[in-house]
Amino acid sequence: MPNDIVVGKAAPGCKKIDPIVVASNVTRQFGGNLAVNVEHLEIPRGKITALIGPNGAGKTTLFNLLTGFDKPNTGEWTFEGKNIAGVSSYKVARRGMIRTFQLTKSLNAMTVIENMRLGAQKQRGEGFFSSLFSFLWKGEEARITETADDLLKRFKLDAKREDYAGSLSGGQRKLLEMARALMSKPSLIMLDEPMAGVNPALTQSLLEHIKGLKAGGTTVLFVEHDMHMVRHISDWVIVMAEGKVVAEGEPNVVMKDQAVIDAYLGAHHDTDLGTMKKGK
Amino acid sequence: MDLLLTLNLSISELVSPLTAAYILCAIGLSVHFGYTGLLNFGQAAFAAVGAYGMAIGVLTLKLPLLAAMGFALLCVVVFALILGIPTLRLRADYLAIVTIASAEVFRYLMSTSGFSEVTGGSNGLSQFGYEFYTWNPVPKGQYNLGLFTWTEEEVWLRLVAFSLVALSAVLVWLMMRSPWGRVMKGIREDEDAVRSLGKNVFWYKLQSLIIGGLFAGLGGIIFVIAMSNVQPSTWVTTFTFMIWTVLLLGGAATILGPIAGGMLFFVLLTLTNELLDGLRAIGWLPFLDQPQVAQIRFILIGLALMLLVVFRPQGIFGNKKELRFNA
Repeated sequence: MPNDIVVGKAAPGCKKIDPIVVASNVTRQFGGNLAVNVEHLEIPRGKITALIGPNGAGKTTLFNLLTGFDKPNTGEWTFEGKNIAGVSSYKVARRGMIRTFQLTKSLNAMTVIENMRLGAQKQRGEGFFSSLFSFLWKGEEARITETADDLLKRFKLDAKREDYAGSLSGGQRKLLEMARALMSKPSLIMLDEPMAGVNPALTQSLLEHIKGLKAGGTTVLFVEHDMHMVRHISDWVIVMAEGKVVAEGEPNVVMKDQAVIDAYLGAHHDTDLGTMKKGK
Repeated sequence: MDLLLTLNLSISELVSPLTAAYILCAIGLSVHFGYTGLLNFGQAAFAAVGAYGMAIGVLTLKLPLLAAMGFALLCVVVFALILGIPTLRLRADYLAIVTIASAEVFRYLMSTSGFSEVTGGSNGLSQFGYEFYTWNPVPKGQYNLGLFTWTEEEVWLRLVAFSLVALSAVLVWLMMRSPWGRVMKGIREDEDAVRSLGKNVFWYKLQSLIIGGLFAGLGGIIFVIAMSNVQPSTWVTTFTFMIWTVLLLGGAATILGPIAGGMLFFVLLTLTNELLDGLRAIGWLPFLDQPQVAQIRFILIGLALMLLVVFRPQGIFGNKKELRFNA
């Protein structure tokens, strides 16, 4: 397969042909613990990139830093060529870099469709004075609702349209959060453990959705512990450990890297616990 | 004991201008707490700023009454900004502490003798509301409405007070059915989620604080016009907690909740007071004296508030699915 992602050889912090995010010297310290210490990192545009690593590797903290939900001790990063270090989280989102959360943040006391509508940006009806006059935002609201209904259908949540988000199952909330993030047509979507708590029957369709995003031109960056998912859909894998980027590469290459396997995935990551016992 | 008089007194609270004042404050609090999730325990301060703003506007700045009311509402906006800018970045529970403290600070500032030239100190201010009755279009006379007989001034005051209540309720309804209201409810649920969708949460919370404060400011204005004086001792924490009881009784995230809650609350308050006092007068409650009777109803209110929060947190009108205590 011709390499259309990386300039030169794949290595931690390597240059990409067309990066959407470029981060340098990003550090975040919690007390004596250096949670994130990334020298250089580039996320390829239009690809699905997986961010993996053991618990406490700093993946979510890096997400929080990049999206403005946390402040770094040092570091610079750009999104679509523009510096967004120190920009507040809502402005980052407005630029088209939307994230989801590891602990799903569905708005439980609102209906599914209202959750979706909230995802649309630059709504005229969200200004205080125009909110009072419904003729100013009725048309826009109808268009937003149409987009929302389309997405709900794609994510098989259309039957739940009028239900409160709090009544959905954990996996459905994950889907809702992802669908809501797509309402603003982001150029980069960052999913923090999209598979956690999603039942296996839904996993396959979720994977298809993520592939579909890529086909639609959206860049995807996701944190995941499910190695099957990583192998199945990602174009590029970044491995973090103890705050640092320790390996990068195409999934089949990174997964075969013995050091990565032993240290970060576990030597027996692919074996069933039952057979392991028998083997010994 | 005169049961008819007791009932009549109680029912007259339904349309008392003071009831309307509390309802306005509760409508403001429903914007703060019910829709946006801001734990404001200083609603008395917003009402007090409105009340003092108007009185000082008339007496010290020599403004016409209508302009003084405008000045009062401007003061409320400034107060909301001073309170909100440093604190709205904090978590909800910290806001609660700051608001309760700032309400006390404001009350003590008003009662201190240092500013008594302007604020009237602990005596408060009076004689600022005459102009209100010069606007009265109701012809002079006694108006007999079955249960009550009112003078033209009493009719006018109630007309204005409850028109303001109706107007405020309609305004809140308009706001909350809109995408703007949706952002507010989203913030109540999880502000980080709303932030991640590109909304300026801080600015929305500030808007909520200002708008809810303005309703309370109006409530304060109606309150002191009805009382025809401003006293610093009115704006104690009890005032705030009565507003909370009114709101929670009716339902926090509802349009009609504050109105029904306010009416019910003041009818019950008067009814219990009159009944207990009546029973005491005919010797059925030998262990209570008159001042104790006046106090015991507030004990009952406290008890009612606790029971309400435990057993029916959504209030009379609220939707249990929509409002739980998670702020």
